[in-house]
Amino acid sequence: MTTNPRRNTGFLLGFLLIALVLAGGVSYFADSDPDGLDHATLQGCEVRETPEGEELLGDCIARNAQDHKLADSPFADYAVNGDEGLSGVAGVLGVVVTLVLAGGLFWVLRKRPAKQ
Amino acid sequence: MTTSVAMHMSDGLLNSPTTLLFIGVAVVGVGFAAVRARADLDDRTAPMAGLVAAFVFATQMLNFPVLAGVSGHLLGGALAAILVGPWVGALCVSIVLVVQALVFSDGGLSAIGANITNMALIGTAAGFLVALGLKRFAARGRAGLVAVAFVAALVNTVVASLGFVLEFAIGGDAAFDLGTVAATILGVHVLIGIGEGVITALTVGAVAAVRPDLVYLLRGTQKPLELRGKAAA
Repeated sequence: MTTNPRRNTGFLLGFLLIALVLAGGVSYFADSDPDGLDHATLQGCEVRETPEGEELLGDCIARNAQDHKLADSPFADYAVNGDEGLSGVAGVLGVVVTLVLAGGLFWVLRKRPAKQ
Repeated sequence: MTTSVAMHMSDGLLNSPTTLLFIGVAVVGVGFAAVRARADLDDRTAPMAGLVAAFVFATQMLNFPVLAGVSGHLLGGALAAILVGPWVGALCVSIVLVVQALVFSDGGLSAIGANITNMALIGTAAGFLVALGLKRFAARGRAGLVAVAFVAALVNTVVASLGFVLEFAIGGDAAFDLGTVAATILGVHVLIGIGEGVITALTVGAVAAVRPDLVYLLRGTQKPLELRGKAAA
């Protein structure tokens, strides 16, 4: 099964563009409510917003959760230095970092054609 | 305290022995996947696999509403496995989880073992086994493939959430009733699974429309499909 190399590159670039648009733009429309796992671990608690962040009132599994050890890193919580308005930038960065790491690993792992 | 942006397990939800146990499970599982992945990676599929990982990262950011006040997001194991195979797929999701934990503080650093076990190993395996079992329907045409992708992704989400229930049963806070936790987790992940199924079906359908040769699940099924000929284009 041979594929036109130019068509192949076009397909891959298109796929990348879609990922970038999803992470950089569409992500602004994502639902910010707790996800299924958080919803389950928050059962029994009431979340109160405080200037220092969220406070959990009551008794729930999430009270056992520790702060993230890298909570102060520049892109923590998909923000840029705490600016959540830049989450699209963080998303684009994430797509690029993931592509480089995964693509690099897969390129190293790949079968090379035997020299003829 | 926990923030609402986090999507994966934080540190502290499981006790230390259980946390370590699942770091071990993740290391063994990812190592095994890396060995097996080599056979599925070549000059043509390696770039595609890198993009699948990037796409899963992007799509995991897109939380969709499932109930009032509850959202869900794609896990991506079935999607990756259908497009690039189960071993490469498990690596794709693992890399996404590592990037999320290290760069975006999403998912605890020691909980990464449990998070990889659930989403990259258990979910991917369950989704791919379903897709493999239904492969003959997927080979019949694009509608079949899309339907198989939906079902595989739904199962992937639900089984991955059972991974959390298992871990919580082994090493979670015993003060909380396991049955209640399991019922809540399962109920909400059936709904999330429907969303995961829709996104996976759309993505796999779109790739198959332009590049069926890049869909792992369709390997070895392409020629007979063309020969039959009379199936509506």
